[in-house]
Amino acid sequence: MPVSTSPQGQPVWRLRTRRAEWLRFMAWLVGLCLIVLCWRVISDNTMWVFVEDAGRQGSDLLARMVPPKWGYAERLWQPMWDTLNIATLGTALGIVMAFPVAFLAARNTTPHSLVRSAALGVIVASRSINSLIWAMLLVTILGPGVLAGIIAIALRSIGFVGKLLYEAIEEIHPTPVEAITATGASRLQVMNYGVLPQVLPAFAGISVYRWDINIRESTVLGLVGAGGIGLQLNASINTLAWDQVSVIFIMIFATVLVSEWISARVRHAII
Amino acid sequence: MSSPSMLTLSGVGKRYPTGDRALSDIELSLPKGQVLALIGPSGAGKSTLIRCVNRLVEPSEGRIALEGCELTRLSGAKLRQARRAMGMIFQEYALVDRLSVMENVLSGQLGYVGFWRSFLRRYPAPAVAEAFRLLERVGLSHAIDKRADALSGGQRQRVGIARALLQNPRLLLVDEPTASLDPKTSRQIMRLIRELCAERELAAIINIHDVALAQQFADRIVGLRAGRIVFDGKPQALTAEILTTIYGEEEWDTRVADEADETPTTTPASLTLGVAT
Amino acid sequence: MRALQAASSEATFDSARMHLARQGQWRPMPLIRDPRLRWGLALAVALYLVLALGSVGVNWARVAEGASRGLNFIAAFAQPDFLTRQRDILNGLLESLTMTLTSTVLGVLLAIPVGLGAARNIAPLPIYLICRGIIAVSRTFQEIIIAILFVVMFGFGPLAGMLTLAFATIGFMAKLLAEDIEDVSWKQVEAIRATGAGWWQTMNHAIQPQVMPRLIGLSVYRLDINFRESAVIGIVGAGGIGATLNTSISRYEYDTSAAILLIIIAIVLLCEYASSYVRRWTQ
Repeated sequence: MPVSTSPQGQPVWRLRTRRAEWLRFMAWLVGLCLIVLCWRVISDNTMWVFVEDAGRQGSDLLARMVPPKWGYAERLWQPMWDTLNIATLGTALGIVMAFPVAFLAARNTTPHSLVRSAALGVIVASRSINSLIWAMLLVTILGPGVLAGIIAIALRSIGFVGKLLYEAIEEIHPTPVEAITATGASRLQVMNYGVLPQVLPAFAGISVYRWDINIRESTVLGLVGAGGIGLQLNASINTLAWDQVSVIFIMIFATVLVSEWISARVRHAII
Repeated sequence: MSSPSMLTLSGVGKRYPTGDRALSDIELSLPKGQVLALIGPSGAGKSTLIRCVNRLVEPSEGRIALEGCELTRLSGAKLRQARRAMGMIFQEYALVDRLSVMENVLSGQLGYVGFWRSFLRRYPAPAVAEAFRLLERVGLSHAIDKRADALSGGQRQRVGIARALLQNPRLLLVDEPTASLDPKTSRQIMRLIRELCAERELAAIINIHDVALAQQFADRIVGLRAGRIVFDGKPQALTAEILTTIYGEEEWDTRVADEADETPTTTPASLTLGVAT
Repeated sequence: MRALQAASSEATFDSARMHLARQGQWRPMPLIRDPRLRWGLALAVALYLVLALGSVGVNWARVAEGASRGLNFIAAFAQPDFLTRQRDILNGLLESLTMTLTSTVLGVLLAIPVGLGAARNIAPLPIYLICRGIIAVSRTFQEIIIAILFVVMFGFGPLAGMLTLAFATIGFMAKLLAEDIEDVSWKQVEAIRATGAGWWQTMNHAIQPQVMPRLIGLSVYRLDINFRESAVIGIVGAGGIGATLNTSISRYEYDTSAAILLIIIAIVLLCEYASSYVRRWTQ
């Protein structure tokens, strides 16, 4: 009870009980200790000489980046086209693979609970691993190039699209599905007529949203050799050509803004 | 019942995994062309009963036979084939909102056509012509390209009826067809179902809350209470006393008031199902 | 007049479809009514696919060569090797986890003022624009790009990584927080203001109770994201498990890579359970 009686017999109101206050205090203390401990680990692994230098390094970097070398932009159109292709084709491939996975993972459409666990496993694995890691792996397997980028984006998209889609499938109205089943339709027909029309808008929205994210991600895949504008970025950084780097940054910034705008417009139109 | 029965339920019972007993010892036989109204309080097991017939709900015991074919033993393609003979009409219409009216009606043919045909919407011409004829019959031929969610409640129920009839069924299972409709539309829909049953010699089991509608449109009334049949007879035989055994104590002397679904039930709480009937 | 014509052509179109349907001829309505637009779009998509696929340029000889390596990698998942590089893995993991925690705390603390400033209903215009600008920059650039800059400034190691993740957290959290604040029920704010409360008191009694549960939920979600990202920024030298992973992949030590990936997946799964638990608890 937050209301207690003081020794003088006056009622006293507190927000929390004594016990709750103690628990809160302990939780804060533990949290704080944990953060101090973490900070120790980080500071032990840091060369503080460099950090003291950070301000100078930063202003130095900025001075080298400005003014941007605008002429370099002409050589970026091809890599930019590659980047867009990686994002778009990767998204398309990812969607194609995510679609069946989502149906297998949704509680109301899965053929068996074991299949469901497997599908959920695929989704978690794909979601946990960043597209850059997939790209690193694929570059060692397939060799550097756009193909590795496309597949990396696709593999990462499976989890994202699959998760959101299977959640949408689990939220559909069950009665139309029941009605279609009652007509003597086969399993696939029930999916096609009862389930699919209900999740189609969500599916389109999710896909466009993922495409927008993928544009962002595909700009850096080149850092590990998987094609796109990241290759130029990597080369410029390695040669310390910071005035080229700033041009690339501006290009990326503009592309991401445009793709975000398109995605927002399309999603708005669908819903 | 003089004519041979087409649907026979013997000893049918259903217990849900939660332990709720929905149906026990249902003995029922339905002759060809008979319209049977199933009345009873919410949670009496009406919905469960008709869903057991087309196996949307698996009965836990007993046998159900349609025209000599044992439904309870079927599975896979055989079950789908049997379901074609049983058209079902739902309380909330159960149309697929984002499909057009025509697609909704044609989905009644799904048990007859293969997957790719249905996926590409390439239905055989006789089926399409029949679908159109049915839409004309229920007065909606002008709306074939409208989306189902653009229709009013009564119109949607008509589409639901057309879909069930396109299955070319011998039996109609009708689950609370009027519960979401106003009194006038309810009557129109019940009359339509009645007429269609007569035209096509269909037998029908209609779950209905509204006792007055049941008396007016059915050949036979079966009262269900707590999963057991407590009355089976002609509509005229339904007296205040019998209504009391079905629904519990209430002033029945005005004889079938229009708002029979306001009836308070005396069913023990443990027996009522969580699902709406 | 035009409208009337359009209506009548619509009517003839409908009656033509009805007539065909009566004869058993029926096709679903196309999604796009205008056939020229429909075919134009289809053609444009086809053209794009041809051009895009044409510019992919696959070196099939190299792919064939790598195929066996691909199989090795898949096989490695059956026998992940946790032990050979145990020390590297443990150090990397510890670094990743500490970076994740500190960066999330720092990021959320910094995101709160930025989020307040980016909510149009409580912030004056100049502050609003500045805060929105910070959010836009932080959200546009991938963590890895920020990490490159921070590594140049602060040197190799987890400090750069922590700052990177904190910076990314600001954009993410502040945007969602600002949207939340813009959606709060204004009646409650007015009620508190009517009691004569000052700006801080209003924030504490009217805004905070409304956005707090979601803020906590989002923080836990961001913790999860930060851990996943911490596995990546090591590639450019910003510390964490990513460096270990990068080394193992470039040495083709796929059994070690598989072990690291499995650990990452397990930790992400754990985070997900924790966050669903926290969300249930705060609501």
